[in-house]
Amino acid sequence: MTDRPLTELGVVETAEAVRRGRLRAEEVTRAHLDRIAAVDGRIRAFLHVTGEAALARAREIDEAVRRGADPGPLAGVPVAVKDNICTRGVPTTAASRMLQGFVPPYDATVIERLNAAGAIIIGKTNLDEFAMGSSTEHSAFQVTANPWDESRVPGGSSGGSAAAVAAGEAPAALGTDTGGSIRLPAAFCGVTGLKPTYGRVSRYGAIAFASSLDQIGPFARDARDTARLLAVLAGYDQRDSTSAQEPTADYEGALTGDVRGLKIGLPAEYFGEGVDSRVAQAVREAVAVLKDAGAQVVEVSLPYTSYTLPVYHLVATAEASSNLARYDGVRYGHRTSRRVTSHGDLIARSRGEGFGPEVKLRIILGTFALSAGYYDQYYGKAQQVRRLIKDDFERVLAQVDLLATPTAPTVAFPIGERADDPMAMYMADICTTGANLAGLPALSIPCGFLDGLPVGLQLIGRPFDEATLLRAADAYQRLTDHHLRRPALAAAGAAGGGA
Amino acid sequence: MSTPVTAGTAVERPYEIVVGLEVHVELTTESKIFCSCPTRFGAEPNSQVCPVCLGLPGTLPVLNRRALEQAVRAALALNCRIQPVAKFDRKNYHYPDLVKGYQISQYDLPVGYEGWLEVGDPANPRRIRIRRVHLEEDTGKSLHDQAPGASVVDYNRSGIPLLEIVSEPDIRSAEEARDYLMHLRQVMLYTGVSDARMEEGSLRVDCNVSVRPRGSDVFGTITEIKNLNSFRSVVRAIEYEAQRQWEVLSAGGTLRRETRHWDERREVTVALRRKEEAHDYRYFPDPDLLPVPLPADWVEEIRASLPELPGARRRRYVLDLDLSVRDADTLVGDPGLAGYFEDLLAAGAEARAAASWVLTQVLAWLNAQGAGIDAFPVPPARLARLLRLVDEGTISMTAAKDVFEEMVRTGAEPDAVVEARGLRQISDQAALLEIVDRVLAANPQPVADYRAGRQQALGFLVGQVMKETRGRANPQLVNDLLRQRLSSDG
Repeated sequence: MTDRPLTELGVVETAEAVRRGRLRAEEVTRAHLDRIAAVDGRIRAFLHVTGEAALARAREIDEAVRRGADPGPLAGVPVAVKDNICTRGVPTTAASRMLQGFVPPYDATVIERLNAAGAIIIGKTNLDEFAMGSSTEHSAFQVTANPWDESRVPGGSSGGSAAAVAAGEAPAALGTDTGGSIRLPAAFCGVTGLKPTYGRVSRYGAIAFASSLDQIGPFARDARDTARLLAVLAGYDQRDSTSAQEPTADYEGALTGDVRGLKIGLPAEYFGEGVDSRVAQAVREAVAVLKDAGAQVVEVSLPYTSYTLPVYHLVATAEASSNLARYDGVRYGHRTSRRVTSHGDLIARSRGEGFGPEVKLRIILGTFALSAGYYDQYYGKAQQVRRLIKDDFERVLAQVDLLATPTAPTVAFPIGERADDPMAMYMADICTTGANLAGLPALSIPCGFLDGLPVGLQLIGRPFDEATLLRAADAYQRLTDHHLRRPALAAAGAAGGGA
Repeated sequence: MSTPVTAGTAVERPYEIVVGLEVHVELTTESKIFCSCPTRFGAEPNSQVCPVCLGLPGTLPVLNRRALEQAVRAALALNCRIQPVAKFDRKNYHYPDLVKGYQISQYDLPVGYEGWLEVGDPANPRRIRIRRVHLEEDTGKSLHDQAPGASVVDYNRSGIPLLEIVSEPDIRSAEEARDYLMHLRQVMLYTGVSDARMEEGSLRVDCNVSVRPRGSDVFGTITEIKNLNSFRSVVRAIEYEAQRQWEVLSAGGTLRRETRHWDERREVTVALRRKEEAHDYRYFPDPDLLPVPLPADWVEEIRASLPELPGARRRRYVLDLDLSVRDADTLVGDPGLAGYFEDLLAAGAEARAAASWVLTQVLAWLNAQGAGIDAFPVPPARLARLLRLVDEGTISMTAAKDVFEEMVRTGAEPDAVVEARGLRQISDQAALLEIVDRVLAANPQPVADYRAGRQQALGFLVGQVMKETRGRANPQLVNDLLRQRLSSDG
């Protein structure tokens, strides 16, 4: 049906072709499995590939189409899933030795929704252990390479998912975003990544890092594909008390290409110290494109921005210290093989062996922030400032429809550069943690290249107004072609990108 | 001063016991507090579990509204004030039976607070204040004797809704502690929130005990006693621990704030761990559970739906119906029996007679059958009729007991039995006088004895008359007639 390789097709293209019987899910799946076999030895995006199970599932989809049934809006679309999202019968490790060999007996709500929409889970992708990191270097199993430059990180923590989509190993992927873990790798890998509003997508089945910040969200190659995925993922789930009853929108229908009258705010604090001036410039130029298309652009201020990173690290580590307490070697996961003398000894040794250094660092910090005598000073204070940060955003978003900022202060950095310097690593998140603390939707799209590496534009919107974010992103992508560029790695196996 | 070696009575003791109780009660909901697993007691180990109550990665708790309602119900019945929102916190600690490494509980905002429960004589009750009532999840159960050299855990209990009820240190004796527990248990039964069975662990008690010299108003060092399996062990443990503390203090020693284990077999408390070494639980609000509003009108609906509570019932029985405290306690302590008693009253029975019948004849039958009141075959209205026959003098008490036997056996109507067996009491003066005179004539010696001042001879003569009438004579009337004859014919 097309002159392009099947691994170049997007979500909407693939699903519509499969639904109409013009393309078989099995051939789509096989093409992606072949692609994974060809390139993943270098990219190392996947921790587990479902292979035969994915093909069997694809044949079911094809059979349904033959019967005249509609397999759903994601018919035959291979989806890569971050390995901290539970998949029934498929290993789920959170890239931690602690969960090596763990096979969940249940599916996360998002997996159920993907399956019900006809998607095909093609594999589980690498991440920083328990989603703690910004480079995917903290995985206990492997380091994922950036498809644009294999000596560089893909960003994190959902680096495997972003790299898989960028490398043509899957047209779509799921990630989780606690402080930027979808947006940062989307920026570094030149794909579209959306962190929905807190409560928009059920967290049931996502291995918790920081419960009040975590959200599951999609990766794809453009805003339209992202909108299709969000429509499947979003909605109330009675298994997650924090999921919202708020109705979902017609996300694809919102993609009118029209941004006339849209008010975009540029928060000064996101363009100053710590942000590469060339990145800031690329973002300003992207905003200028939208302005030329009829959007209004105004300078705004978020005075509490400098507190977002410290507040984020207090809240996230405190919650993580409790969320990760269940990994004790008693019921599942890693248990020490050394002789133990007591319950306490069993738990301490199992955790000591099972967790990597970054996870331990954060558990220790979080435990400290919650301890008697320090709670008010740290966790309690952080919650108060979190409120102020939220108020900041609320005030500004009453004046503008969305905010535009860099997603990351730099482009992808070299593997190993920051691995042993937590503070340098944490700086990668300075532009993204605010949306998590405020619970706001935010996405990242590619808006240019520096030295051959993608630059990310972040759009932050009002609560539950993902539609406006996607409309702006789609309008931008209609006017530009950054999202159509593929890394050389991909070009080697493809006949050149279509337009 | 000399140190008393054995526990004396409260009066002789030179010290006062100060006790506060922490009671855990399992709520009788169909499903667990944060998942839909069943809560049946005694099921095959690890057969009532799911990913949520096993705390598997990625799972999330969803509050069972029924458990919250039960908690509010219990808190209201304990005269508590109710928070405007139910907020849940995480209590962080590691233990193999705790699946998430934290227990979901309530920290700074317990669902109920500032309540009280009255104990003692209803005419002059003592009010034990209740500091807080909070809702939490139960843990699994570690079993140390199932496999050699290993501990195993049954997680069926993990996630059963649990109410923690903490009293102020207002209890002043071991007996009062038992009294408080008895009343607390009754409140749980009456409100239907728990079956409160200590032997099954659905009611568990920790005691905070200290002593101080009589007359002092300063609190002493507290020890906490765990592993109490019955009301009796609560009493024994408090008695033992108070005496132990007093002996330490009397010998010039100092007490440590610690947790102690009640050794049921040796009847002693043993130090378990120092309180200073206790965990820092690092409580913080559970981000997985949003606070749930408890609207005032909803709370008032629950309050209005509460039955008459055991405290009010006890007060009514003693103060209005003139029952003894003992009888009132026995009735109130068995809601089924009390219900039957209430039905007798409703059918017109006189309260004291009704209580007496229920607590002797009815209870004796139930005990003999090993049955509950539900299995008792005589409907309350029919028993009330029997009581009326006695009250009106139609049959004697002795006859009534025979009729009762037959009613229980055959389900017959009391009037029918009385007629069929000719048990109607002889209250006809003329007829009785004839028999009285015959008995007097036939027993000259007892007559002489009575006239010589030996009162007990009268009893013999009454007995003879009753014998002549096969028990049908009205005993009061026989008494009167005999006295009359014996004095006039003197």
